[in-house]
Amino acid sequence: MTIQFNDETFRDDYSFYNSERAIKRFPFPFHEDSYMYSVNMEQHRGGPMDSVYEKRFDVDEHYVAEMKDRAMVLADDPLRCQSLPHMTLAGWDLLELIMVSKSEDYPDLFELHRDGNKWRWVNKPLGIDDTFTFLDDTTLPYGPMEYITRQAQGDFCVLDQRDDNLWMDAGMVTTQADWSLDFDIGMNFFEWHAPVPLAHEKGIFVRALKFLLNIQQGAPARRLNWTMTVNPLLDTSPENYHKWGIQKTTLTPENIGTKQHLRVELQTFFRLPRSNALVFPIRCYLCSFQDLMTAPKWGRRLHRVIRDLPVELATYKGFIDNRPMMLDYLSQFDDGLPTSPGIWPDLDTEPSLQK
Amino acid sequence: MSKFTFPESIRSRPVYGTLEPRAGSAHLFIADTEGAEAIIAMATPEIMAKGHIIYIAKGTDYEAQLRALNPASFYAGPSYGAAEQRIHKTLADAKMGLQVYLTGTEGLMGQAQNAAMQAGVPHTAIQTEHRGSTARRMQCVHCKGITEDVATDPFVCSHCGLNLFVRDHYSRRLAAYQGVCIDAEDPGNVPAPKGIYE
Amino acid sequence: MSGAEKIAVIVTDIVPLNDLVTRFEFKPIDGGLLPTFSGGAHTVVEMQDGDITRLNPYSLMSDPMDQTAYAISVRRDDEGRGGSLFMHRNVKVGDKMTISYPVNLFSLDLRAKKHLFLAGGIGITPFLAQIKQLERLGGNWELHYACRSESLGSYVDELTSHHPNETHIYYDDQDQKIDLLNLLDGQPLGTHVYVCGPKGMINWVRQTAEGEGWPREAIHYEEFLAPQPGKPFEVKLAVSNKVIQVGENESLLEAIEREGVDAPYLCRGGACGQCETRVIDYTGNFIHRDHWLEDDEHASGEKIMPCVSRFEGKTLVLDR
Repeated sequence: MTIQFNDETFRDDYSFYNSERAIKRFPFPFHEDSYMYSVNMEQHRGGPMDSVYEKRFDVDEHYVAEMKDRAMVLADDPLRCQSLPHMTLAGWDLLELIMVSKSEDYPDLFELHRDGNKWRWVNKPLGIDDTFTFLDDTTLPYGPMEYITRQAQGDFCVLDQRDDNLWMDAGMVTTQADWSLDFDIGMNFFEWHAPVPLAHEKGIFVRALKFLLNIQQGAPARRLNWTMTVNPLLDTSPENYHKWGIQKTTLTPENIGTKQHLRVELQTFFRLPRSNALVFPIRCYLCSFQDLMTAPKWGRRLHRVIRDLPVELATYKGFIDNRPMMLDYLSQFDDGLPTSPGIWPDLDTEPSLQK
Repeated sequence: MSKFTFPESIRSRPVYGTLEPRAGSAHLFIADTEGAEAIIAMATPEIMAKGHIIYIAKGTDYEAQLRALNPASFYAGPSYGAAEQRIHKTLADAKMGLQVYLTGTEGLMGQAQNAAMQAGVPHTAIQTEHRGSTARRMQCVHCKGITEDVATDPFVCSHCGLNLFVRDHYSRRLAAYQGVCIDAEDPGNVPAPKGIYE
Repeated sequence: MSGAEKIAVIVTDIVPLNDLVTRFEFKPIDGGLLPTFSGGAHTVVEMQDGDITRLNPYSLMSDPMDQTAYAISVRRDDEGRGGSLFMHRNVKVGDKMTISYPVNLFSLDLRAKKHLFLAGGIGITPFLAQIKQLERLGGNWELHYACRSESLGSYVDELTSHHPNETHIYYDDQDQKIDLLNLLDGQPLGTHVYVCGPKGMINWVRQTAEGEGWPREAIHYEEFLAPQPGKPFEVKLAVSNKVIQVGENESLLEAIEREGVDAPYLCRGGACGQCETRVIDYTGNFIHRDHWLEDDEHASGEKIMPCVSRFEGKTLVLDR
């Protein structure tokens, strides 16, 4: 199966769109009709065919456009990609993991040819064909982490493990839900999560850290996280918040269906072999309310989740002011019928909207 | 002597303690203003025999008292910037077993802590005690400029002019708290500034 | 499933180094490549010793970048419960075995300006892999290695010929001793010290370095505890509703596994914390031997690490 890559933008005219296939495979993050933090980790070893869980690093129709957007962000602000000096080996680990995974999982799009330390990497969608020496920084145009993450969707945090903690010591962060790598680099797990409300008190981070410290080679894990974004803007950075924040005020009852997007992060965790670091890819998927409502189960459930979410969380996720308008819209798609458990849309078995 | 009690806050906000003598091969004190009082309160002849003091007075009058502790070396300078190269040299020449004691304002402790960390001292092994002003060193997350001695919330970024609110989120690497635009979603609607701890 | 991922391997080489230590080399049965690893990692080797399945951790000592084979060195412990004896006596070239993916509980702090390695006896093995890693990365290191005698000095020749300037050897029987205070004194700021060897050596290095004002984060140690034999005892497993007997020569964890109850584990040597188990009720005394729980947790009677710790008394009920 060859992917048809969209010609689209994540800024200015916002021509981003999801095909019918992309909507169907959207990682809807709510497995029940309510939401609260939990350490919702599971093994990352494939999933249903064509779901975002199937491959180690999902490549979809937005790949080429997302990489163009990343290049623009980095041209404006190179501080979005940083690696502390001791993290270079982990960068090579990550380069190897992504190249091996993508060439095995998408042989029609990516090729990796290895002859000892002489490596040739072919990325057909981006028109790249590079030969370099593995572990020799001088043979790549960027550092290893930057080189490969300019070719991989989603943000990447590379975490050093020491003193029973994880340290945000390297990363490529251009599609973030309003946090700054440049500010947070060097922080430990509790510190970079410090601004998150409620979860510390519930002991979520203590349990999550314990789980993550014990992730072993060959046994990656994953979870979903979510927030809300007005317009399909990938780069919701604090750096540019004074520019994009105003967009939140442009929602109207007429445009909310197309403008308001559910933003879902597929977070995965891999132990890196040579450095013993942990890589934490955060892959962002966007879907407009209007497109989500094509799955009746998702329509019913999203209304109930947003309606019942604690004020602290709606505030932290940045949509407390828009919540009433969201609920006006979403309530049209909730007929009160029960929903099936799990995140999948169950289009064949869930009843259509009864009103 | 007055010590300010900071309100409970989030996990990234530094917590300061009270300096105490520890075993070590040498003792480096970096202090500004009323931080001198914390050194005087804990100094012993044994510590000061291997003690090195780098002090930024900023108009306070403790220099004679600090000299009277008879440290192995003593430097007094007008600003952190003026002392910075001396601090880096001292740390570059230092050996394992060095104990680092920082006291005074948050801005001074943060910058000196950063220098010691870069030299290889884990931040958890560095002792700190807050004295003097509670004004903060703030980074504007938008233009990245640092504004020193911020005492009010919100405040105006001294570099780009945006109105910023004061967060408790703190970066050891930048030795600064984060300032974020307060009126991005409602331009011009900026509340009247008040003291950070009011 | 408990423990790390498994790899099916074949024993391709067995080299006796001296009276006590033998090196084993493993290659994958399927002819493919092994995962790379970081210096300091160990693998858990499964041994089918009659009815007993033994799972013992051994440090990987081969070049972390070499994906064709892994090597471990096993010191024969005549007093132990038989794992090392099984490796020495029963394992032959060509045997098929199962080992775990590499797990690292003793990794280098790559920020260190200098790595100071202190090894005692068989504790040399993790450093062999770390030295190969640092040589590749251009790291700054120094090794001080104490052995009982020249004849028991595993890998001394290799180390002194390849790294004459970095390697320092001390023989107990020639009254040579690491001059620790002098060694620690004057190390540049940003040095990290790593120690692997007998418990006494580890405690000596940790206490001395802390006493000299070294930060806790700059002191690294690894000691795998082999589970010690002890008096048999009875345990009730509350969740699975079983009463089981722990034999003299098996660990509590092994007894739980023997009864078909799945229990998490990783290192099986009291270091990683994975097998931590809640105590529901007890009358008697714990024999805590792990490095994981804090002293107050040991005293509390609320937790036990079944990989190395035992119990003497009337009743023990576990949340498992």
